[in-house]
Amino acid sequence: MLRLELRPEPSRLMMFASPMLAALAMLLTGSILFSFLGQDPLQGFYVYFIKPATTLYGIGELLLKATPLTLCGVGLALGFRANVWNIGADGQLTMGAIAGGCVALYFQDVDSAWILPLMILAGALGGMAWAAIPALLRTRFNTSEILVSLMLVYVAYLYLSYLVHGPLRDPDGFNFPQSKMFADAALLPILVEGLRTNAAFLVALLLTVGAWFFSTRTFAGYRMQVSGMAPAAAVYAGFSEQRNVWLAFMISGAMAGMAGVGEVAGPIGQLQPSVSPGYGFAAIIVAYVGRLHPVGVLLAALLMSLLYIGGESAQMEMQLPSAITGLFQGMLLFYLLAADLFIHYRFKPAHSSATRATPVSRGEIAS
Amino acid sequence: MTLDHLIPFLASTAGAATPLVLAATGELVAERSGVLNLGVEGMMLVGAVTGFGVTLSTGQISLGLLAAMLAAMATALIFAFLTLTLQTNQVATGLALTLFGVGLSAFIGRGLVGQTVERLPNLSFPVLSDIPFFGPLLFRFDVLVYGSIALVLITGWMLARTRLGLIIRAIGESPRSGHAIGYPVIALRYLTVLFGGAMAGLGGAYLSLALTPMWVEGMTAGRGWIALALVVFATWKPRGVILGAYLFGGVTVLQFHGQGFGLAIPSEFLSMLPYLATIVVLVFISRKPQTILLNKPMSLGQNFRADH
Amino acid sequence: MIDRAVPEPVLPSQPRLQLLGISKIYPSVVANAEVNLTVMPGEIHAVLGENGAGKSTLMKIIYGVTRPDAGEILWEGRRVTIPSPSAARKLGIGMVFQHFSLFETLTVAENISLALDEKTRPAALAPRIRRIADEYGLPIDPDRHVYSMSVGERQRVEIVRCLLQSPRLLIMDEPTSVLTPQAVLKLFESLRRLASEGCSILYISHKLDEIQTLCDTATVLRGGRVSGTAKPKQETARSLAELMIGNELPACRLSPSTPGEVRLAIRHLSLTTTDPFGTELQDINLEVRSGEIVAIAGISGNGQQELLKAISGEIPLANPGTVQLDGQDVGRLDPAKRRDLGMCFVPEERLGRGAVPELSLASNALLTGYVPSYGTGMLRRGLIQTGAVRDFARQVIDRFNVKCGDNSSLATSLSGGNLQKFIVGRETQLSPRIMVVAQPTWGVDIGASMLIRQAIIDLRDQGVAVLVLSEELEELFMMSDRIAVLADGRLSQAVPLASTSVNQIGVWMSGNFAAPNEEASDHVAA
Repeated sequence: MLRLELRPEPSRLMMFASPMLAALAMLLTGSILFSFLGQDPLQGFYVYFIKPATTLYGIGELLLKATPLTLCGVGLALGFRANVWNIGADGQLTMGAIAGGCVALYFQDVDSAWILPLMILAGALGGMAWAAIPALLRTRFNTSEILVSLMLVYVAYLYLSYLVHGPLRDPDGFNFPQSKMFADAALLPILVEGLRTNAAFLVALLLTVGAWFFSTRTFAGYRMQVSGMAPAAAVYAGFSEQRNVWLAFMISGAMAGMAGVGEVAGPIGQLQPSVSPGYGFAAIIVAYVGRLHPVGVLLAALLMSLLYIGGESAQMEMQLPSAITGLFQGMLLFYLLAADLFIHYRFKPAHSSATRATPVSRGEIAS
Repeated sequence: MTLDHLIPFLASTAGAATPLVLAATGELVAERSGVLNLGVEGMMLVGAVTGFGVTLSTGQISLGLLAAMLAAMATALIFAFLTLTLQTNQVATGLALTLFGVGLSAFIGRGLVGQTVERLPNLSFPVLSDIPFFGPLLFRFDVLVYGSIALVLITGWMLARTRLGLIIRAIGESPRSGHAIGYPVIALRYLTVLFGGAMAGLGGAYLSLALTPMWVEGMTAGRGWIALALVVFATWKPRGVILGAYLFGGVTVLQFHGQGFGLAIPSEFLSMLPYLATIVVLVFISRKPQTILLNKPMSLGQNFRADH
Repeated sequence: MIDRAVPEPVLPSQPRLQLLGISKIYPSVVANAEVNLTVMPGEIHAVLGENGAGKSTLMKIIYGVTRPDAGEILWEGRRVTIPSPSAARKLGIGMVFQHFSLFETLTVAENISLALDEKTRPAALAPRIRRIADEYGLPIDPDRHVYSMSVGERQRVEIVRCLLQSPRLLIMDEPTSVLTPQAVLKLFESLRRLASEGCSILYISHKLDEIQTLCDTATVLRGGRVSGTAKPKQETARSLAELMIGNELPACRLSPSTPGEVRLAIRHLSLTTTDPFGTELQDINLEVRSGEIVAIAGISGNGQQELLKAISGEIPLANPGTVQLDGQDVGRLDPAKRRDLGMCFVPEERLGRGAVPELSLASNALLTGYVPSYGTGMLRRGLIQTGAVRDFARQVIDRFNVKCGDNSSLATSLSGGNLQKFIVGRETQLSPRIMVVAQPTWGVDIGASMLIRQAIIDLRDQGVAVLVLSEELEELFMMSDRIAVLADGRLSQAVPLASTSVNQIGVWMSGNFAAPNEEASDHVAA
């Protein structure tokens, strides 16, 4: 019989291996699910997980969808490390899209190079403003930021819906609930001719590197890490909890807001009733699968992006339900959490531990 | 505002409140034992889709309700296995459960969109239901409206007066001490999490079988999260759940009755009300740290592992 | 006489409990190795050993909390396995834990009801609780909530809880660590009374004097093994200590000195706590001068946490003048700013407060070493200077002989004693002007304890103002110039060590500061 025992030290190997294990388990379950749905599992596997990445266009799409996931995921990861649970990134993304979109629509007739930077700035500010609410309520009134940030997602959705049904609706749009198309100056430049990948991906890469530097080299990053790992130690050392909460929300809010601008100024090109298929929520999974490390988040975002695109291609080619994407996302996180067990624990066969244990040498018994 | 508007408003409040009462009471018991399950939203969705699907295919609403509870319990079991046996972080696992539930319910429900079933019938009591004003207000609801209130009362009695309740409160405060005097902490926590799952499933099924008898993707629209907020609002005491849920029920149905009350506000803003109300209520309750400290189960959200 | 590690031969009456070759092995440590132990009916049997010698693990095995990996348990001659505490209670074994297993939010009756195997409603239990409590001189009120009770009262609840089940073996794990000297005497009376009625008592302690007063037989553990058995009353403290530690007791020296200027001053500090389970502080006044060690004695839970946090800045104060560093009002400053004025602080919890468990020792050096006025150079323009951080950690590890892999070892991988050496070392290495230390040697073995105490004394000799809080009177009498007592959130005056006695401090610990200083003349440094 196998029993779990605590490792003397967390396993570094497992820290890297467990996301792989989780992805593998998800792929395996996926294949089983395909055959359960009456499809050839190998064919399903190929169409879902391999084929999207075999064409240049497919890779372009992969990077395109990975962009908002990376932006949101990196921001959330910084917060999660500090035990700040912003789960309302989708709301901040939506508000960022609204803010950026308003700039684009306001300067509809202006053709100038500063419109895009202004939109990105507005998007970041919009996301930050939305994130400031849970930050303020937590620091001032001790209110759960999980519930507040989540509630605000619905409020943001409804606000966007109000705007595109009302004040921002395109008067020549046959009553469709959407704004005018943005002018060219308000659209992000395409990176490679023929693909849809745009400059937002470069912004995401840049910010990922910046976040990595922030979390490993700066004292502010260290402070956030300490307050996440041991809140009492952070107070003891004199790190202000309020400052950490604000910092976490401002960074993740700004990045989610920019992701929103990336969507409306990129593939969408206007304001619509919905600007995100739940990127802000998928980013929670991305943050975890990426080990809350910026570079890991980037890789996890690519995987998650593959799930979205694979879902689309499987729907088109094999009539598989698109809802399968959401199922895979949830499964991936479950598998990861389970696999993470082996970072701190290992299996031991019963009765064999006696030979491995070392005798008391440092007086360190649980007394 | 007239009585003609008021009675249907108050009556529909009960309908909107019932899924919240059910889900929040289940979560409350789990939290009292020290487990924070943020997956209520996901479990409700799974319950909603399963209940609807089974009712549609069997024609038996009772089977649908039962299936909803079992399905949501099955997802709660995943959560329990991860957090209680494998010791994963409760917050992260709860989020995972919600995301998983959203995906799973959409997947199961892909063929159910656009169909409809006979809704859970309202009861009719001889004489009582015909009393003017009070009849429609109190005696014409379906069985789960009354059942949910009974559930709260029984849960309150169980927690405060029975030995099981005493043990649940005890391990919610200190699982280590509970273990030291010999209670099976993990097994008990499995039990409370499963109960929470069953009630969330029932609450979800109420949405798809009574409130709006159909299946729509993501139809809980944050009710699972509001249920979580209600537990805080109730300061972990069952009777507070009723008050909170009916308050929220009222705010939720306001959007449908806003016109009747002569409110000239875009419907989106009325729809925001329950979410904004949740935030306001949370601020109000959390403002005094003592209130939370005195009432919150001390081990809430912390894992426990017996060391042998 | 001492017969080393040999089980008792056949005795006239049957032993109540016999352990034969009990072993328990954890991944990184052997907690118990082939332990033999025999307890007779009505015997008060001491299990003696240092912190970490494996006493608690052994008791948990007897009480069914932990399962042994090897060995046999004989209960009244029959071979038994004890899979759970409830099985232990069915046999007639009761246990009073070192860290109480009481539930604070429940009442006394509810607590006791939970621990009884018969299913009695708390209300129905109340009269029985009162009766037993009176019978053994352990007064408690069944309807009170535990969080409102003092530690001494809580211990009474635990004992009464065991007595209600008329145990034939009562295990007491370090019962006196939370009691005032006077309460200890009362406890001993109750225990002798119990033993005279035929109940066996297993008394776990590392305090030699208590064992010599109370116990008939002693089994001594060292490093998880039985290092000997003895009749404590026929032994000297020295021979017992030798069994326990294996070599002679080191001592530390406190040379006379003249204190300088006041560096830390607490003036009329009152604190109403937001924590409903906390203690309020009432009008605390204290001065600590350069070159002296001021000790604050008292049992934890009497406001120690609150006082320390008020001094460190972890609880911000409304009135800036209530805490002064070098004459400067700091009541409203956060811990970082107080550190910047030259204060260092060793908290009572090591893992999770004094150090971050999952970070390396180097990263843990940065935890407090970042403060600019310490001049460690760990930060430049908000960026971490990895080299400086590592160098600092290395110096601490070398100077304080911290046993660890290297500066990249995780804090959680160190033993309690080594981690405490690291934390004390870190704070010392930062050249403080004012040093505050809480529970310097809690759960630390004797060797490390002596090193830590000496380090604190060295600081004092260099002119640092030192404030030490501890539950161990013995330790405070060993290393302080002046001593005060914190009881019920009130602080006594700080008196020179030479003008007081253990007894006097004991009386003060019960909250009675008005008692005259009668025994000043015949003081003994314990």
